Amino acid sequence: MSRAWDGGKLADAISESLPDAVVDAGGTDVWIKPDSVPEVMRLLRDDAEFRFELLSSVTAVDYISYFEVVYHLTSLTRNATAVVKSKVGFGREEARIPSVVDIWRGADLQEREVWDLMGIIFDGHPNHKRIMLWEGFPGHPLRKDFATYEQSIVPESERRVPSALAGEIGDSQKQ
Amino acid sequence: MTTQVRTEPITVNLGPQHPSTHGVFRMRVTFDGEEIIDVEPIFGYLHRGSEKLAEERTYVQVVTLTDRMDYVGSMLNNQAYMLAVEKLGNVEPAPRGVWLRMIASELQRIASHLVAVGFLIQDLGAWGTPLIYTMREREKILDLFEMLCGARITNSYLRPGGVFMDAPAEFWPAMNAVLDELPPRIDDLDDLLTDNDIIFSRTKGVSVLTPEQMLDASITGPMLRAAGVDWDLRHRDPYDYYDQVTFERPLHTAGDNFARYWVRVQEMRESIKIIRQCEKLIEPGPVRPEHDDVPWLLRPPIGDAYAAIEHSKGELGFYLVSDGSISPYRCHVRAPSLINLTLLREMLVGELLADMFVSFGSVDINMGEVDR
Repeated sequence: MSRAWDGGKLADAISESLPDAVVDAGGTDVWIKPDSVPEVMRLLRDDAEFRFELLSSVTAVDYISYFEVVYHLTSLTRNATAVVKSKVGFGREEARIPSVVDIWRGADLQEREVWDLMGIIFDGHPNHKRIMLWEGFPGHPLRKDFATYEQSIVPESERRVPSALAGEIGDSQKQ
Repeated sequence: MTTQVRTEPITVNLGPQHPSTHGVFRMRVTFDGEEIIDVEPIFGYLHRGSEKLAEERTYVQVVTLTDRMDYVGSMLNNQAYMLAVEKLGNVEPAPRGVWLRMIASELQRIASHLVAVGFLIQDLGAWGTPLIYTMREREKILDLFEMLCGARITNSYLRPGGVFMDAPAEFWPAMNAVLDELPPRIDDLDDLLTDNDIIFSRTKGVSVLTPEQMLDASITGPMLRAAGVDWDLRHRDPYDYYDQVTFERPLHTAGDNFARYWVRVQEMRESIKIIRQCEKLIEPGPVRPEHDDVPWLLRPPIGDAYAAIEHSKGELGFYLVSDGSISPYRCHVRAPSLINLTLLREMLVGELLADMFVSFGSVDINMGEVDR
């Protein structure tokens, strides 16, 4: 059975080498500063304690008051997994985060997908273009404010009103 | 006196409606004579916005969307999605339901590998016959799925905590008949193709990828095992009841087109072993939890969950975020077909035009999953 890194322990381990990188930790997740993503990821890949050779997935979630970029890492040598998150684009301003393509090539197409559908800019990506949609497509469809809900099966009372739920969902993840 | 022949690179647009692109894949390829010097893959011709659609459907309705991602691996997609839902909603699955979905997903793995192998041979230029052989076997598996859930391709068989109905009594003898017939048919395939000189010369040493390259590019599944990396989530991170069954992980060390083909053929035999064990271990009982425990209109607690399985193409993961309502707040798919194409350029540059579609086919992609 592979071992999921505890968020608190991973945060402590990262802080030993990079004291300013970690923002928060909880459950199996660690939140880091967007600016320190390259250093933290390089540490997680190369340090003998972690050895996360495989970047399983890169994705992003729109929490309305901010975006959260989520990295799922896998270590083959240690048979372990970790979840690293980073919050960007507070107040729906332009969301930017450094690219990890030079650390893991596997981020190439995934980061392009996140840019295309969620509108997060990956600084330093060698081929920062839309992937699923065409250049010139208006907006980024996976953002919550893109929705029209006209044909939605979700009843009126269940629909997410932008901003009302935002803080609640994002914050409670730390439980 | 020698005459200097002047050549210049030529750029060709392939697809999206090219019959060899396994769907609607488009590549802009630059050739120097017969040799490929540049490749630019262009995606998105089958993009249907599945992830966005999932945000407006209930957790059970999203199952139908997962069927349509990798449509030759529907049961496996269902399984990955259900594992994520169960993790998110803390659902305790019913044992018989879990065994049934393991049987279904292993049958699906065989069917998916048959398609991969058949079309790979087709891409090599062996028009028709090998493909008909593999499709004939796949048809029998699809008949079994029809018995299980009434559908052949878009199964939607799984539900949170199990499957939606028990297998009918006639399923078991039918499945045993198929499993008895399959090994000799796979041997036939081996006799015809694996020891075939033409296959050797066309696939060995073509489009070689090293384990380091592939790990760096997040490539998983049979492609990674074809380069000798023993990484199978069923073994390293057993989900469902994979810790109760034993199976081998076929490994090849070459990392070329032949190795990728060979690993898939061997994996089919291992899947048959797994199904046989599941059949012995399955016991009567409910196939899913009571409606009071796990209602159709599931409302998982606020939070997020990521679950991954060993799909026939690699690691298939679902990342779900719940806001406590009846539909996912976010549903992300970690699609092996898309991510395995990361190194397409490295695979093709320096190879010949005739090998292009063979290498492409050896990745085993499905456009429904690449574009979603």
